[in-house]
Amino acid sequence: MEKRVVFRSSWLPWALIAPQVVVITLFFFWPAAQALVQSLQQSDAFGTSVEWVGFENFVNLWNDATYLASFYTTAVFSVSVAVVGLTLSLLLAVFADRVVKGALAYRTLLIWPYAVAPAVAGVLWLFMFAPSVGVVSYTLRKLGFEWNHLLNGNHAMTLVVMAAVWKQISYNFLFFLAGLQSIPKSLIEAAAIDGARPWRRFWTIVFPMLSPTTFFLLVINIVYAFFDTFAIIDSATQGGPGKDTVILVYKVYYDGFKAMDLGGSAAQSVILMVIVVALTVIQFRFVEKKVNY
Amino acid sequence: MASISLKNVVKRYGNGKSVNQVIHGLSAEIGDGEFVVVVGPSGCGKSTLLRMVAGLEEISEGQIIIGNRVVNDLEPSERDIAMVFQNYALYPHMSVFDNMAYGLKIAKVPAAEIRARVDKAAAILQLGQFLERKPRQLSGGQRQRVAMGRAIVRQPQVFLFDEPLSNLDAKLRAHTRLEIQKLHRELGITSLFVTHDQVEAMTLAQRMIVMNDGVMEQFGTPEEVYARPATTFVATFIGSPPMNLLKNAPGADAGTIVGIRPEHLDITADGWALVVDAIETLGAERLVYGRWAHGSGDELMTIRCEENVPVPTLGSTIHVTPRADRLHYFDAATGKRK
Ligand SMILES: Nc1ncnc2c1ncn2[C@@H]1O[C@H](COP(=O)(O)OP(=O)(O)O)[C@@H](O)[C@H]1O
Ligand SMILES: [Mg+2]
Repeated sequence: MEKRVVFRSSWLPWALIAPQVVVITLFFFWPAAQALVQSLQQSDAFGTSVEWVGFENFVNLWNDATYLASFYTTAVFSVSVAVVGLTLSLLLAVFADRVVKGALAYRTLLIWPYAVAPAVAGVLWLFMFAPSVGVVSYTLRKLGFEWNHLLNGNHAMTLVVMAAVWKQISYNFLFFLAGLQSIPKSLIEAAAIDGARPWRRFWTIVFPMLSPTTFFLLVINIVYAFFDTFAIIDSATQGGPGKDTVILVYKVYYDGFKAMDLGGSAAQSVILMVIVVALTVIQFRFVEKKVNY
Repeated sequence: MASISLKNVVKRYGNGKSVNQVIHGLSAEIGDGEFVVVVGPSGCGKSTLLRMVAGLEEISEGQIIIGNRVVNDLEPSERDIAMVFQNYALYPHMSVFDNMAYGLKIAKVPAAEIRARVDKAAAILQLGQFLERKPRQLSGGQRQRVAMGRAIVRQPQVFLFDEPLSNLDAKLRAHTRLEIQKLHRELGITSLFVTHDQVEAMTLAQRMIVMNDGVMEQFGTPEEVYARPATTFVATFIGSPPMNLLKNAPGADAGTIVGIRPEHLDITADGWALVVDAIETLGAERLVYGRWAHGSGDELMTIRCEENVPVPTLGSTIHVTPRADRLHYFDAATGKRK
């Protein structure tokens, strides 16, 4: 029999969840509803006149080449962040799993970046890569490579990807390490007796057993790249050069607060909301039957 | 097939100040096709020994020879062995078939032959209908058989078993014991089987190694180990209930421990006078716990009686006589048989 807590009074359960409800309403439902309303409105730059325009904002977005370009930029950015981030952190986790001496220090060091605010991460990488004065760009120039993310869009993209990956790597690392450590050692030993060399053991035993972790992190990283990297972009490139690093969230901010197109910006944020909901649904669907072996 | 010889094998864990030696120079010769059981209390180093043979632990000192090759520096895969783990170590994301075929695929055995070998092993182990299932869809006993199947298909020189029956319930364990015996009769592959269970050891072994604290106390057939235990440790570890050890038996030399198994004491009209402390009835037989107060101190003793022997009353005094040819004598200082 399922054991349940039964409340005698009818108001107590509501009172208990009230703070949560208030917080969610105030910081999620209300702004979300506002965005929804605004996405159907058109207002002038001073907010003096507001008129209902139906889906016109969405139609405009569909016809806006810069918006579609931003989708592409976001796809490149988030796939790069997820792939590079997951690969690197898996690599680090595999090393950490082997290290016995000084393991604690090694792990602690790897966890630090997570404690750094995104904006600071952006600035940090910006300093290192500043054309002419940054440590890294100086070294690169010595090696005959002219680094300038202020002029070169690919360089700018590389810079923000690196900063975003660096920021997220600890998180991925911790999950991968936990995943690795939950694989029974005897499985690896059995595979070794069966004649599998380390590389083969990794791809045929370890990696498949990590697949639930990998999928979870993939979704988390894409969500992160989509939504949580605003501060990194803002501090490192402000979307430049041109619009080469304008990802969707950055465009919401830019169009709304810089270009003062509130309706268009609201419509964009509604689309983002739909994307995050879709990702979450995929995630939950998968988690429910995540035992794939 | 191959013989295994262990020459002065030593295992140390750790280094510098925190060295922990767990195997202290163990030597043994295991014949080609022999089934040898390593038995001892948990923590005595059985798994460590087996894992050194498998190549999963480094050998600190000494030599291990399989067939005619010194294997100290060979990888596990180069030693031509197969191992059954206590937790079976099945690959959870692979089907039963793939679990068994994994090693063969790596060895680049042709697909048709893999199919044939796996089918044959599956038939022997009655796994035919489960080949497409994942390990999690099998019962404990079936998983255990898959683990055995994975070892069999490789057709190795040596089988290594690390407590493969300890996760099964009592009935299945007894059954699987018989299966393993049968399998060994059919395949005749040299086997090293580790267990902490003396019943398992006695029933399975052609010869057994009794280990304690990283030392081999005795190496012999189950009959030898039972009839002539080499040390007081073996005397009390093998046999249930354990052998009675009398430290101050009247008439024995000083410094000698006298041993007598509970089943070799008879209740008689006169003899050693025991006060009955407790009685346990086990169906076909009965255990009587008695205290023998003699001049130089008390001795506690267990007597195993057939059910047709009249039940003594608690607190009464009975007389027992040991069968003279079943007395064992051990050196009190070293514990060795005299
Ligand atoms: N990897 C290890 N590092 C240090 N000590 C170990 C290690 N593995 C086993 N030991 C020690 O070696 C001794 C023997 O262990 P083991 O061979 O597993 O015993 P058994 O299999 O007989 O129960 C134990 O005292 C155990 O603590
Ligand atoms: Mg063990």
